[in-house]
Amino acid sequence: MTDGRSAAAGIGPELEAIYRDMLRFAELQLRDHAAAEDVVQEAVAAAMAHAAGFSGRSSLKTWIFAILKNKITDVLRTQNRTIPLSSFVDDDDEREAIDVLFNDAGAWRTECRPSEWKNPEQALVDEEFWKVFEACLDHLPPNLARVFMMREHLEFDSDEICARLEISTSNLHVILHRARMRLRKCLDANWFH
Amino acid sequence: MLSCRHVTELCSQEQERRLTLHERLLMRMHLTVCVGCTRFRKQLNFLRRASQRFFRPPAGVPQSGSTPRE
Repeated sequence: MTDGRSAAAGIGPELEAIYRDMLRFAELQLRDHAAAEDVVQEAVAAAMAHAAGFSGRSSLKTWIFAILKNKITDVLRTQNRTIPLSSFVDDDDEREAIDVLFNDAGAWRTECRPSEWKNPEQALVDEEFWKVFEACLDHLPPNLARVFMMREHLEFDSDEICARLEISTSNLHVILHRARMRLRKCLDANWFH
Repeated sequence: MLSCRHVTELCSQEQERRLTLHERLLMRMHLTVCVGCTRFRKQLNFLRRASQRFFRPPAGVPQSGSTPRE
């Protein structure tokens, strides 16, 4: 008991941060605070039960998020209701964020034209890069983040995302495009330049 | 000729579906003369690789989030 306690005290603040991030991710996907709390508790319980399986090769957060991700996917799939995406098409801010990059002819404005990223492959093995990457993901507006995560993290296929969110395929493509534009811009500003 | 704006949209679409032959040809023509869009496309491909690594990291590769004290 003492060993467990001192170990827990040692990583207390870190666990709190992880817990908050888990809750935020679950809320983003499930759109329901109570359901999000439930699924996070289940993931925590599963993590404790399988603690012996955590070898420390990946970070604690990555490992526990993998558990959480599976739990969320199960919940989404056993629920029969859809959780529609709110106010997507009328999102003027998002449209404007892209409008400003191009001139009337649809060409890149000079100051917005993408510049060369030096040694991008190096970034993939740099811990600092991943912190920036995660921060950029965190800064995505919720509607964009939710869809991007469903696609890239939960690995739902397009048809399933469209059905669950009650959006068309072309809506989905627009949303993913907006998410990618923002991420690219964020990485450009905060890592590559 | 496609506009840069249109080409950036196609770059995203490329990751979701197969572009038509027509789209691919027009895009290739544009990319030949547009350095901004050429970079954009490379950067989007990088972003895809980074996302894949981030969400499904190979073991032993550094990721954000600290390791626990064991």
